[in-house]
Amino acid sequence: VHVLTVPRPVVRAWAPVLAAAAIWVVLYRGILPFWDWVVYDALGLEAGTRLGGAVHFFFYDVSKLLLLLGAAVFVVSVLRSFLSVERTRALLGGRRTALGTVLAALLGASTPFCSCSAVPVFIGFVSAGVPLGTTFTFLVASPMVGPVAVAMLYGLFGLPIAALYVATGLVLAVVAGTLIGRMRLERFVEPFVYETTLRQGIDPSRGLTWADRFTIGRDEVVDIVQRIWPYLLVGIGLGAAIHGWVPEDFFARAAGPDNPFAVPLAVLLGIPLYTNAVGVVPLIGALHAKGLALGTLLAFMLSVVALSLPELILLRRVLRLRLIVTFVVVLAVAIVATGLLFNALFGAATLTP
Amino acid sequence: MDIKVLGPGCRNCRRLADHVDQALASAGIDATVEKVEDIERLVSYGVTSTPALMVDGELVMAGRVPAPSQIVELLRGRA
Repeated sequence: VHVLTVPRPVVRAWAPVLAAAAIWVVLYRGILPFWDWVVYDALGLEAGTRLGGAVHFFFYDVSKLLLLLGAAVFVVSVLRSFLSVERTRALLGGRRTALGTVLAALLGASTPFCSCSAVPVFIGFVSAGVPLGTTFTFLVASPMVGPVAVAMLYGLFGLPIAALYVATGLVLAVVAGTLIGRMRLERFVEPFVYETTLRQGIDPSRGLTWADRFTIGRDEVVDIVQRIWPYLLVGIGLGAAIHGWVPEDFFARAAGPDNPFAVPLAVLLGIPLYTNAVGVVPLIGALHAKGLALGTLLAFMLSVVALSLPELILLRRVLRLRLIVTFVVVLAVAIVATGLLFNALFGAATLTP
Repeated sequence: MDIKVLGPGCRNCRRLADHVDQALASAGIDATVEKVEDIERLVSYGVTSTPALMVDGELVMAGRVPAPSQIVELLRGRA
């Protein structure tokens, strides 16, 4: 009889992960009855009232989103440990086709890199012969379609909205990169980038054991949760307050789907606002319930997440101002168009999980 | 031993520098640690995944922040 044997270190690496997954499922199923009990029984708040509803919404959503974020970040970090900027670059080098740009958007959404390494990544890509437009597609897709944004949208609005967001983000990245590629802006890249000859680096995706990859995942979860919990509390808190106390249809007249200026305004507001999806998504749900149009809110979120002032300032080291301005304008216009399109298509639709 | 912590000065680069300090202290290894934040120098070393670690002129780790104990192993392997 053939017996499947799994090497000991693999068992030792997977056992705690499977145990944690089982605990996660129990917790995820348990939080709704738990907070029902705490808020309505132990604290004695009435289920139908503003205060009762807001308190329940706050605690239940915070714990649900923390669980979802933890799981999403862990799974994605472990999967991402098989990819690296070096591998991605090798895949994209010399592809001057539309296929290369689509690949760049998909890889941008899945290659691990923090926004602070945007500049080394940019130099590495361009000096390795990846076309400028394709490089921009990668840089746009990466912050826009991350596990944090997707987990937040899934947790608050459900799968269809999360999937729609991912598709929109990927299409936007491809369109913006393609447009920039067509404009022949290579001369506005600082010359030293092209003079760089790349030495063989280290590929971080190779030579890792399962235990190493799980450690990377765990560290990433700890790091991200430490960094985002204030945003989560503030976002959900504001969301709960808006839910409970801002009058219905508060925004409907000023910023409803029929007002064409609402979308550009939302995009402009989003550029200097440098927060992450964690702070924005809970607000989106609450603001939508008060009459702000879906497309306007989507444009706002895309602008906050994809166009960040600190990253633009970093990019100034490798790009002339003119190229940075072009990049911002192209992306902002594409986001505004997306927002207007969504308002036209789903103007009257409501977001319900 | 000459150690360089390579990265543009972001959060993960600072974490890596901390872990290197802890590793050196716990293992009692004597080394000079330099932080390299200049992008052109980073790229000239072949780094595109940050943060990265260079020991005696050779790139040994890139793109993650290993625990101090793993850094000790890395350094012991080269001592």
